[in-house]
Amino acid sequence: MAERATVEPDTGSDSGPDSRPETGPDTVIATRALTKRYRGGQLAVDGLDLAVPAGSVFGFLGPNGSGKTTTIRMLMGLIEPTSGTARVLGQPMPRATRTVLPQVGALIEGPALYGFLSGRDNLLRYDSADPTADPRTRRTRVAAALDRVGLTAAGSKKAKAYSLGMKQRLGLAAALLQPRRLLVLDEPTNGLDPQGMREIRSLVRELASDGTTVFLSSHLLDEIEQVCSHAAVMAQGRLITQGPVAELAAGARGRLVVTTPDAGDAARVLKEQGVADVVVEEDRVTGEPPDDRDRDLAEVNAALVSAGVRVRGFGLERASLEDAFVALTGEGFDVAG
Amino acid sequence: MSRAEASEVSGVSGISEVSEITDVAAGSGTAEVVGVRKPSVLWTLGLLRNELVTTLRRWRTIALLGVLAAVPVLVGIAVKIETSDGGGGGGGGPAFVSQITNNGLFLVFTALAATLPFFLPMAIGVIAGDAIAGEANAGTLRYLLVAPAGRTRLLLTKYATTLAFCVVATLVVAVSALIVGALLFPLGELTTISGTRISFGEGLGRAFLIALIVAASLIGIAALGLFISTLTGSGIAAMATTVGLLITIQILDQIPQLHAIQPYFFSHYWLSFADLMRDPVYWDDLLRNLGLQGLYAAVFGTAAWARFTTKDITA
Repeated sequence: MAERATVEPDTGSDSGPDSRPETGPDTVIATRALTKRYRGGQLAVDGLDLAVPAGSVFGFLGPNGSGKTTTIRMLMGLIEPTSGTARVLGQPMPRATRTVLPQVGALIEGPALYGFLSGRDNLLRYDSADPTADPRTRRTRVAAALDRVGLTAAGSKKAKAYSLGMKQRLGLAAALLQPRRLLVLDEPTNGLDPQGMREIRSLVRELASDGTTVFLSSHLLDEIEQVCSHAAVMAQGRLITQGPVAELAAGARGRLVVTTPDAGDAARVLKEQGVADVVVEEDRVTGEPPDDRDRDLAEVNAALVSAGVRVRGFGLERASLEDAFVALTGEGFDVAG
Repeated sequence: MSRAEASEVSGVSGISEVSEITDVAAGSGTAEVVGVRKPSVLWTLGLLRNELVTTLRRWRTIALLGVLAAVPVLVGIAVKIETSDGGGGGGGGPAFVSQITNNGLFLVFTALAATLPFFLPMAIGVIAGDAIAGEANAGTLRYLLVAPAGRTRLLLTKYATTLAFCVVATLVVAVSALIVGALLFPLGELTTISGTRISFGEGLGRAFLIALIVAASLIGIAALGLFISTLTGSGIAAMATTVGLLITIQILDQIPQLHAIQPYFFSHYWLSFADLMRDPVYWDDLLRNLGLQGLYAAVFGTAAWARFTTKDITA
């Protein structure tokens, strides 16, 4: 297993891994050693210390079965933690559900709707379940939420006639019935076509610019990279890393890529120059650049040329979040934990 | 939005779940547009209103009520055909059936006696069994809870709706029977079981009282069904279990060797509603019935609450 490297968010203190995460007003979600063991003995979440800074778009990454949804359910007060604490908007969950949850919009494990009700009636029902929602403004707020996700025309249709993408939009609309301080969106672009995904992403950005903190779980790494300012990575119930996306991606070093017709010679020279993990794929030779930072890559290139290797391309491939993830977990992204 | 407000509210509701009702009462009727909104007493009833409307508008509910309304029609037509041949018909059949030809009002009593052992409690079992399990099955339970409906409030809402359905279902049978009785048979003064005669108006009053007693007889199975509903994530399983228990209890109530425990069966005193047609009314079994229903509501209501408020919602 990769060792745990907890990157503190920029608002956090320089506390060590065993001290309490920052729970000040700038932290919207803070968990401390949050653990859930299901009755069968299966450990779903193991000692999670999560800190989501206010105003961030926080990506929550992890393969299927890594404990993301269990974590979200504990944050929303649906599941009682086995041990540890979770604070949302500064208050303990699940004890403070009544004061916290009206300020939180949530989409958990896909939308769930009453098929026999129209889209509009679904939203009216969810809104009436909130004791802080004013019934006098209910219809206008429902209409506004439908409009925001582009479902105004389909609002009177029975929800069972909705496509998966429409259901997803209606679920999002339910999360947007009130102005929220925190939005928890579990796989919000699931089932949407590319156009719908773009719309949701721009909606997320729009909400974030209004000051809403967005906690977004996704299995789409490029989505996290495009939308999120911060991210956390889970694997097998444990938090592997968290922090600003730029730092996470920077954590994984890029790979040196040399394109050449003399692949064999190039590989030999690169190894001599201290390049590790050299891989030859036809006319592409890749490897990890030498560790010592002061060694200029230009010298590596010069060594190649002076050894008579004909170089077509030479460069450093930027590390993506996916590289960071693979480096951290040592496994492919779609492998179940 | 002010964070001072947030911490202030947290101080009020620090005791959480238990202090729900006082907490709600503490909230004022107005809420800020932005920031922490406070719950209002009146607004918390919004869920109950929505639940009642949603339940009664469902096709399934309408179909159940339709079946219940059809029973008095069938009984009335059967009696009409039977007696039009001139044959008086012997005993047997549900209570009061032999008196229907003299007075249509008796069809109300007959119809209630015919539906109480099975049709009415089965309909209640469907509604109560589906109450929580159906929401869990559809996944809508998690969205109601994060709305946040509050587990205690949701359970109370579901139970209140089930009880409202008990009243509606019983009244549907009674009203349907009254209409069919009035159309097919003469109305007028009627004879009580004790042999005295009472006016049609008073008879109508007693019929209404009987309908209420029949509705109250269903309180027990409603609580039992709600409890079963909190145990499973499958609406069908909860409905089937509740109806299965109903049938089992009815059978056990017929076995003489079990007479020692039979007074504790929720259905044991159901047919005591006929005692309202005595003059004077014989209250003993009626009160025993109501007490037993209250006991079931307390025991299984508490069990349902204990289960539902501590349950992990994974559906």
